[in-house]
Amino acid sequence: MAHEHTADHAHGEHDHHGPAHGWRRWVYATNHKDIGTMYLVFACIMFFVGGAMAMIIRAELFKPGLQLVDPQFFNSMTTMHALIMIFGAVMPAWTGLANWMIPMQVGAPDMALPRLNNFSFWILPFAFTLLLGTLFVPGGAPAGGWTLYPPLSLQGGDGFPMAIFAIHLMGASSILGSINVVVTIMNMRAPGVGLLNMPLFCWSWLITAYLLIATMPVLAGAVTMLLTDHFFGTSFFSASGGGDPVMFQHIFWFFGHPEVYILILPAFGIISEIIPTFSRKPLFGYDAMVYATAAIAFLSFIVWAHHMFTVGMPLAGQLFFTLSTMLISIPTGVKVFNWTATMWKGSLTFEPPMLFALSFLFLFTIGGFSGLMLAVVPADFQYHDTYFVVAHFHYVLVPGAIFAIMAGVYYWLPKWTGKMYDQKLGTWHFWLSTIFVNVLFFPQHFLGLAGMPRRIPDYSTQFTDWNMVSSIGAFGFGLSQLLLPYIIWKCVKSSGEKATSHVWEGSHGLEWELSSPPPYHSWTDPPSGDVIKRGVQH
Amino acid sequence: MSFQMKNRHARRVLQGAAASLFATLASVAHAGWDGLNMPEGVTVLSKKIYGLHMLILWICVAIGVVVFGAMIYSIIKFRKSKGAEADKTLVHSTKVEIVWTVIPILILVGMAVPIAERLIDIEDMTGVDLNVKVTGYQWKWEYEYLGQNVSFFSTLKRDSDAARQLGSGVDVNTVPNYLLDVDNPLVIPAGQKVQFLLTAQDVIHAWWVPAFGMKKDAIPGYVNHIWVQVEADKVGTYRGQCAELCGRDHGFMPIVVEVKSPAEFDEWLRAKQAEQKLADVAPNAPAVTASAAPAAIQQ
Repeated sequence: MAHEHTADHAHGEHDHHGPAHGWRRWVYATNHKDIGTMYLVFACIMFFVGGAMAMIIRAELFKPGLQLVDPQFFNSMTTMHALIMIFGAVMPAWTGLANWMIPMQVGAPDMALPRLNNFSFWILPFAFTLLLGTLFVPGGAPAGGWTLYPPLSLQGGDGFPMAIFAIHLMGASSILGSINVVVTIMNMRAPGVGLLNMPLFCWSWLITAYLLIATMPVLAGAVTMLLTDHFFGTSFFSASGGGDPVMFQHIFWFFGHPEVYILILPAFGIISEIIPTFSRKPLFGYDAMVYATAAIAFLSFIVWAHHMFTVGMPLAGQLFFTLSTMLISIPTGVKVFNWTATMWKGSLTFEPPMLFALSFLFLFTIGGFSGLMLAVVPADFQYHDTYFVVAHFHYVLVPGAIFAIMAGVYYWLPKWTGKMYDQKLGTWHFWLSTIFVNVLFFPQHFLGLAGMPRRIPDYSTQFTDWNMVSSIGAFGFGLSQLLLPYIIWKCVKSSGEKATSHVWEGSHGLEWELSSPPPYHSWTDPPSGDVIKRGVQH
Repeated sequence: MSFQMKNRHARRVLQGAAASLFATLASVAHAGWDGLNMPEGVTVLSKKIYGLHMLILWICVAIGVVVFGAMIYSIIKFRKSKGAEADKTLVHSTKVEIVWTVIPILILVGMAVPIAERLIDIEDMTGVDLNVKVTGYQWKWEYEYLGQNVSFFSTLKRDSDAARQLGSGVDVNTVPNYLLDVDNPLVIPAGQKVQFLLTAQDVIHAWWVPAFGMKKDAIPGYVNHIWVQVEADKVGTYRGQCAELCGRDHGFMPIVVEVKSPAEFDEWLRAKQAEQKLADVAPNAPAVTASAAPAAIQQ
């Protein structure tokens, strides 16, 4: 940090020390904003690739009977849709937002490890080229579900080792990105920015980074064992060789459950920034929010087996996992109550970031309710592996994680570009997304309860009506998302309304103390005591 | 500086669009109202499980009314456009925070009791009248009545199988019980406790009949147990399907269970035993004389 500092001063004005031109700016990028932008663009591309797969799925499920695709290809679509949305869209989007915002929020000039930052991004295009390449090799793309349960996943063709290598690359990228976040937050905070007054987005990312560092190696281990089972004659998961197929599920979900919090905790951080801004009131219960996030992260390590209640567990195991799972609803409840209390006696306005945040608040809570229901083991024996589960995790991931990403983009886009975007179109985007996401996913609760299993390409005729409704919602939702890149493109290209440094009337935090757009090396001088006083949380 | 959306016209258009959309949905959904909730089922356990499902559902609805109520009230009442001033001092309240931590804990502790009771019921494998071993294959089920010398495979019925092919040209609505019909249904007696021992030959499957309230995985190398006791007056046919992704034809390995009265079941079982004896004898021991076969059947 000190080194860069002097370098900047030697050059005088930091504008002079601007980006390289042409492709070098991106390939050799070490600037947190450029890398953040690349992450976000990559996430957006993958969001549409994964979305296109979802459209194929919903088109096939529009009515009973097979009309469009072979069942094997359908299974590939469900598998690839999940892998791409989780590892290609949501996680890179969070890393992109972390890259852009964390240095600005903690008063640093850049991320702590800029070259590592470049490396962790540039791994991703290779990882996803490999993963998408599986669609074109003999045996096709992985079709055993994103959870890769053996023995089924071991039946994969040439795409199987490619997918595993891709997962290793994604894991390496995530770990490197997380190390960068931890080091930045721990070491690069400006003097006066304490841990307990930094923005909740930094807090939630700090905790997320630890979850990633703890769990990604577990996933790497699990998929490596799959690889050796397939190619090197080991029997980790093969019953006939003395192995245990259920052990894979335990290992996988020991990664997998923290993983779902990796997808949602940064969302909690963003919502905790946006709701106070547009309520013109500080966040209610800041400390409780930090502790609740930490509690959720801790609990995420001891609830994994609730994903696999039906594998046959001892009674004591079932009771332990059902109770620990229900316990998660307490810190999560605290968060929802605190957000509601933040709006209470506020002065609310409804710009696009706030609209998406409110949509998050309502719909994530619905996902929380269905999660509580799924925690009830005896009832879970009915819900498990049905569309009820599909509805549950899409409610927490689409209007949960993805709406929070959109809220964050609409919140900070004027800061990034220095220009206000078309808020009217943003509001349209919000309404279309919120209406269609419910048309898409709410009926799936009914389908699941009525007995429709997940991951089937065709269904018996009593499920026709709600599948049609759901598919209509899916097409509407998919089309309305095209507004997002259009709005961003228009904002970047236009010479529209200039944004002030604070952008929003109620905005509060160090990033808003910088100009819009911010200087290339965000805080070349650490913010002064007065600026910190204005900018910190409380 | 705030940038507010001032276009009321756009808002009205959106509201109109939303209203007409929901009207359309209501009419589409009209035919499907039965399919909104979990079936109550026909077994001793399924009704208890259904009761637990409804209990947790209503708890969620009650919490939802309070939480969503507070959110909606805030959105309506505390708008800047209605002149609301922010009370910036309202940032912390230990009392309120304790209340909204303790109340959920109490609800959860209250829920834990019926959950534990139901789990103990589910795990109670005592007093079993009949054992059926269920083996999952890609993509069919095998049923073996343990100690009864009866076993057979159960696969998707031919008319469904023909209709489900890509580009078959068959209107699947004309196929009776499309995808939920098999050649050889499982038959069990009503009113008796039947234990299913679940395993698989190749990959993981899951055996699920929603009316029985339970599903469990069939895993190679494992034997899982569930028990089913259909109420004595619930004789009939119940349908389900594999619930764990098991490859290409995962969606095409249904389960059909015919529940008969104990007397009819015994009759069916005897007939099946006789049929299987003949079938076993014929291919395996072609040299057996005609006189040996009837003797075997009489056992």
